Amino acid sequence: MSKKNDTPSVASDAQTAPLNPWRGFKGQEWREDVALREFIRANFTEYKGKDDFLVAPTERTRKQWDIVLDLKKRECIKGVLGVSSDIGSSITSHAPGYIDRDSEVIVGLQTDEPLKRAIYPNGGLRMIEIGLEEYGFPTVDPKIAEIFTKYRKTHNQGVFDLYDDEIMACRRSGVITGLPDAYGRGRIIGDYRRVALYGVDFLIVDKRREKAESDSTPFTEEVMRTREELSEQIRALQELKQMAHGYGFDISRPAANAREAVQWLYFGFLGAAKEANGAATSIGRITAFLDIYIERDLNEGRITEDQAQEMIDQFVIKCRILRYLRTKDFDSLFSGDPTWVTISLGGMCNDGRSMVTRTCFRTLHSLTNLGVSPEPNLTVLWSEKLPDGFKHYTSELSIATSSIQFENDDLMRQYWGDDYAIACCVSPMRVGKQMQYFGARANLAKALLYAINGGIDEMTGEKVAPGFVRIKDEVLDYDKVMDKFDRLQTWLCKTYVRAMNAIHYMHDKYAYERLMMALHDRDILRTMAFGMAGLSIVADSLSAIKYAKVRPIRNKDGIAIDFEIEGDFPKYGNNDDRVDSIAASITENFMNKLKSQYCYRDAMPTQSILTITSNVVYGQKTGSTPGGRKAGEPFAPGANPMHGRDDHGFIAAGETLAKIPYESNLDGISWTASFAPQSLGKTLSDQINNLSHCLDGYCHSGGFHINVNVLSRDTLLDAMQHPENYPNLTIRVSGYAVNFTKLTREQQMDVVTRTFHQRA
Amino acid sequence: MGQVHSTFVGGAVDGPGMRFVLFMSGCQMRCLYCHNPDSWDRMGGTRRTVEDVVAEIGKYAHFLKSAGGLTVSGGEPLVQADFVHEVMRRCKEQYGLHTALDTNGLMAHHLPDQWFDVVDLVLLDIKHIDPGKHARLTSAPNKPVLDFARRLARMEKPTWVRYVLVPGYTDDVGDVDRLAEFVSTLKNVEQVEILPFHQMGAHKWKQLGFRYELGDKKPPSDEVVERVKKQFMSRGLHAVA
Repeated sequence: MSKKNDTPSVASDAQTAPLNPWRGFKGQEWREDVALREFIRANFTEYKGKDDFLVAPTERTRKQWDIVLDLKKRECIKGVLGVSSDIGSSITSHAPGYIDRDSEVIVGLQTDEPLKRAIYPNGGLRMIEIGLEEYGFPTVDPKIAEIFTKYRKTHNQGVFDLYDDEIMACRRSGVITGLPDAYGRGRIIGDYRRVALYGVDFLIVDKRREKAESDSTPFTEEVMRTREELSEQIRALQELKQMAHGYGFDISRPAANAREAVQWLYFGFLGAAKEANGAATSIGRITAFLDIYIERDLNEGRITEDQAQEMIDQFVIKCRILRYLRTKDFDSLFSGDPTWVTISLGGMCNDGRSMVTRTCFRTLHSLTNLGVSPEPNLTVLWSEKLPDGFKHYTSELSIATSSIQFENDDLMRQYWGDDYAIACCVSPMRVGKQMQYFGARANLAKALLYAINGGIDEMTGEKVAPGFVRIKDEVLDYDKVMDKFDRLQTWLCKTYVRAMNAIHYMHDKYAYERLMMALHDRDILRTMAFGMAGLSIVADSLSAIKYAKVRPIRNKDGIAIDFEIEGDFPKYGNNDDRVDSIAASITENFMNKLKSQYCYRDAMPTQSILTITSNVVYGQKTGSTPGGRKAGEPFAPGANPMHGRDDHGFIAAGETLAKIPYESNLDGISWTASFAPQSLGKTLSDQINNLSHCLDGYCHSGGFHINVNVLSRDTLLDAMQHPENYPNLTIRVSGYAVNFTKLTREQQMDVVTRTFHQRA
Repeated sequence: MGQVHSTFVGGAVDGPGMRFVLFMSGCQMRCLYCHNPDSWDRMGGTRRTVEDVVAEIGKYAHFLKSAGGLTVSGGEPLVQADFVHEVMRRCKEQYGLHTALDTNGLMAHHLPDQWFDVVDLVLLDIKHIDPGKHARLTSAPNKPVLDFARRLARMEKPTWVRYVLVPGYTDDVGDVDRLAEFVSTLKNVEQVEILPFHQMGAHKWKQLGFRYELGDKKPPSDEVVERVKKQFMSRGLHAVA
């Protein structure tokens, strides 16, 4: 009965599974209805111990990873290793591909070769054509070009059919950027666990049931759209079975052992990735789920710890090789080839236990077994109540690798319960029950300048916001500026919402994520995810105007292109309520304006304060601001204080961040903190303890998110000069981790100059 | 009312854990290697009330309670003993914080034993074991400091000894041996911290117009730091650098 042997079977042998897939599982609620949370809650085993059970990678894993590393090296030089430009990507578009069949324990590639990128023409042809040209590949297959110009419209075409002049002007000027009108929207997490727990046939039956509920009822537009979507979802599920069949697997039935659970779950994710051109293809909250199967196998003597780790390591390798063809413009906004394969680890269960399992440890252990990497985006859901063993391990790894981000589970659980996962960088949502209509962000610093300059762009002179008159005063008056700024934001929000409505209407129409949505309930909460950039710039600017004297320096057309500040003013990032309260109310105010707009499909508007690496591009496109920042200088990322202005230390900066109200920023408030290691303590043990305590304190105060970078400035400067010596230097930027040497020079300098909390 | 040089939240090198560090103005010594010479001026910094300082600490009290505590440093805190005592007392009473006092011990003989009831940990900076070299280094005698160290032992007050390692001034093998011998007789000493000399305070000397004797001095090498550490450890003391 035991499958434990010296040469463990590879993929093709995994088919002989006469076992009852649900043997030993407890709980009733999940057996007839799709109810992952109930399944997990009834069956997971909390682990409160240390990391001493973890093991090294197997030979097979080493082999797989060596091959991938070699490919990555070549990719580093070439930029893009290969593109499958003769086939439009779909779930079943490509023949099976492998890294190395003999050593591959978890199989499935996006195309027929590792690191070969697919194209997804449903999103838009233009971006594909530009990307192919920029990276030196032949143009897209003429047949595909014909299909997507003559016979089938793309998402990109649809959106631009709707856009009006104001939206176009905002895009041009950069007061709104990053809109997913030429690339996929991402930020949808299919509940891939469903594939493993139930098998695809069960899910198809469930979808048919959902559809049948509107049989013989009046066909309103809403009903018809839902019925069509369900039909597409069912189709996608059938195709998923086909895809798995190509790899030699029958996933119509539930997974019966750990390896199948990992494989089935991965197939779900892979199929979804093949239908996306994603901004973010996050995986969800999968470790407690997978641990249930692994624990069962271990208890039944089917596998050893080596084999358990092997499955996880190889699954992580697959997460690390997800690739999409993008343009250089995209790369300058979101550099480092990000895919945001976010795995959410830990957190607390509502019954009082933590959801820390051994598989949380095993997943994090991949950082040791395979070396650091920006993907998957490892996110620890931190609670003050987490077991010490996990706190210690994650803090230790964070210090060693700077590849982990932490988010406040105590805060998020109040809103989203205990089965939410992080989509993209920092945004929580309940898995399978919610989707986000993602929409990048508005440049609030530029909006402030528009308020001062009568809607005229300070870089181009173009009138972007109609109906505004510039301020002519010699010294800026706080109340006057606030009044104009408020009205400018009202205009901006209206334009932003129109743009988002256009994007998501067309995305649903022409680039619908059939499989991801098949792995959701029919009735979900839709949120429309807005964002803002430049919060600290605006806070410091308004603080300067209020507490000091700010004199605009105007050009011959009367546009303020620089500012003179006389006197001192409190700066955001130092736990000073005078300016921190300004920042908090800016976010509340913007959110309230968004709330008053109608969003497509009755979506609930939300917002984030997050910029990823686009803070550098924003800065390039924005003129001098009243708080002292000069034209062209990068913005601070996310909700960070401006470079160098948080001079009261890490704790004070964290307190400032914690004051930004989460209820107005439900998609997250991002903070990137960089430390020299000795600032956390003299010995490693001190550093680990201190970091854990800092995280506890930050969460207790209501802080939402932190990227932790524990590096020295010297290391980074050296890496800029000698990137070849630092192939794995991963750092975290607001919301995700990135390979430092893949950043543009400007972005690298930005990271270096960003405040290093250091104490002599 | 007291003169406060500055505050810092999140210090990880001023006692156990992460601490709120209150730097007081004024110091009687004139150490050649001081990295805060701007703290010597008793009237420098900002005039603040006890309430104000305690309220500022209060903003971080919850965090500090589990993460570390309060350290009073400077300058030399015992120059404003009444103020410092009151701040520490209130922080213990209102917030339940752990308190540490970073002191050179010179002024301690003015204070009764009970004064130290509000201090959980003393960080005692012993500059030099040799009286002559101590005077040259700090412009002050070392007998009051060593007396204070013995007194703390008698009081069984948890203490960390701090020693600034300056090449050519405090790194002599024999001197370090004698200091280690002295410290090893003090049963209340939990650890010895060796602080390698650095030049990060040098610019302040220039700004203040003081003559900086150690302008060309380089920090001690890793080997010397290790050697000094071993000298303490060989006498059964726990030493960190």
